[in-house]
Amino acid sequence: MKKEEVPQDKGLLETAQTKELTYAVDENGEYTTELSSGWDPKTIALSNAIKDIEERVANAKERVQKNETSPIEYYMELHKMDLPILSSYVGLWQWRVKRHFKPKNFQKINQKTLQKYADVFDISIEELKHIS
Amino acid sequence: MQIEFTHKQSAHCENGVVSNLMRHNGFEVSEPMVFGIGSGLLFCYIPFLKVNHAPVVTYRAMPGFIFNRFAKRVGIKIKREKFSNPESAKARLDENLKKNNPVGLQVGVYNLLYFPDEYRFHFNAHNLVVYGKENDNYLISDPVMEQVTTLTEKQLEKVRFAKGAFAPKGHIYYPTAFPEKLELKSAIIKGIKQTCREMTAPFPIVGTNGIKTISKLIRKWPKKKGAKVANHYLGQIVRMQEEIGTGGGGFRYIYAAFLQEASQILENEKLNELSKEMTQIGDDWRDFAVNASRIYKNRSAQDDAYNKVADQLEAIANSEAAFFKKLKKAI
Repeated sequence: MKKEEVPQDKGLLETAQTKELTYAVDENGEYTTELSSGWDPKTIALSNAIKDIEERVANAKERVQKNETSPIEYYMELHKMDLPILSSYVGLWQWRVKRHFKPKNFQKINQKTLQKYADVFDISIEELKHIS
Repeated sequence: MQIEFTHKQSAHCENGVVSNLMRHNGFEVSEPMVFGIGSGLLFCYIPFLKVNHAPVVTYRAMPGFIFNRFAKRVGIKIKREKFSNPESAKARLDENLKKNNPVGLQVGVYNLLYFPDEYRFHFNAHNLVVYGKENDNYLISDPVMEQVTTLTEKQLEKVRFAKGAFAPKGHIYYPTAFPEKLELKSAIIKGIKQTCREMTAPFPIVGTNGIKTISKLIRKWPKKKGAKVANHYLGQIVRMQEEIGTGGGGFRYIYAAFLQEASQILENEKLNELSKEMTQIGDDWRDFAVNASRIYKNRSAQDDAYNKVADQLEAIANSEAAFFKKLKKAI
């Protein structure tokens, strides 16, 4: 990549007021570095990934409302987590977390465990029980 | 308390931390040098593991490996520590700052508040330097950011004790002993040799064979997984290749910069030629990303489009295989 070809597309780093460093060749063929504000092929990939997460969150919310899953799954998706990550944060086996996804089992979780989930998601138990 | 520390932005966090810590201790070593000597370049497909619900490929060595190899090869000593509880992790950090010793930390990205929301995923192999503390705020030099920043005690604890794959467990590291002069020449040769070995390894998931494996998988995705999932998978490959930290082209440009610098140190003109060739390979990776992005931009899953990018990857795999054979002969 030549220095003048370093892409300066609109990216998602703008909000953090930073650019990223890329390596490129100058007019004498010497390697140098140049800042890049963004590059469409990857911005699109990232935006798609974000959209995908939003869909997962919306889907989980719908299933909570239909009483098909517990709010724990919704909050897990909201925090971009999956089962292994959530289980590691909350300090429970994956199969236990998975059981807590079932609305019936969710009702039976004790206060201490509920508090663990609430702490992981940085919310109160009340918010954990009733999603907005 | 603030340690006199020069923040220099880098493409990749681990190289950047090492390069900045070395400079602080009086040794000017560029980011590409750290990357090349530490045999950072790689391609690996990791089956059975999914991140963000997509298969994982990596274009670089495992977290921590680059610094370890670099240290061993140039003759410096590093100290690494992990902790089971946050208090002792914090105590050790404060102790080092009091001794005017800036340290490297491994952290999780999800709670790094100075990153834009879009970039905050559960990725635990990020690195940064802490170079001081003012009241409740730690002074942070994050190599991928243009400017230095700060984190409160609580914020820093949260990222140091992020959970999930590669959990940092408060991981702290810093160089402790230096030789009078760095052994660059022999270190470069060792670094190159290992990269050549790994890139041409006879396993289907590593190096150029790994690239071929991925290209075969890509051909199957649209039929096997459907348009949506196939697009998501393809997007993730491009993100691993190009997202912050790679310097462009899945680290191939940084490696080309390393070869150029190495050719001067070793007075080996061949390496300069090979640097140009590596730049061309980097360009090919960028072309692959452009074509892949056309697919997931339109959210289509036409077989021939997938076959086309798979062909491109196969061609890259072949040129890299030839490249690393030549590189091995050149040193």
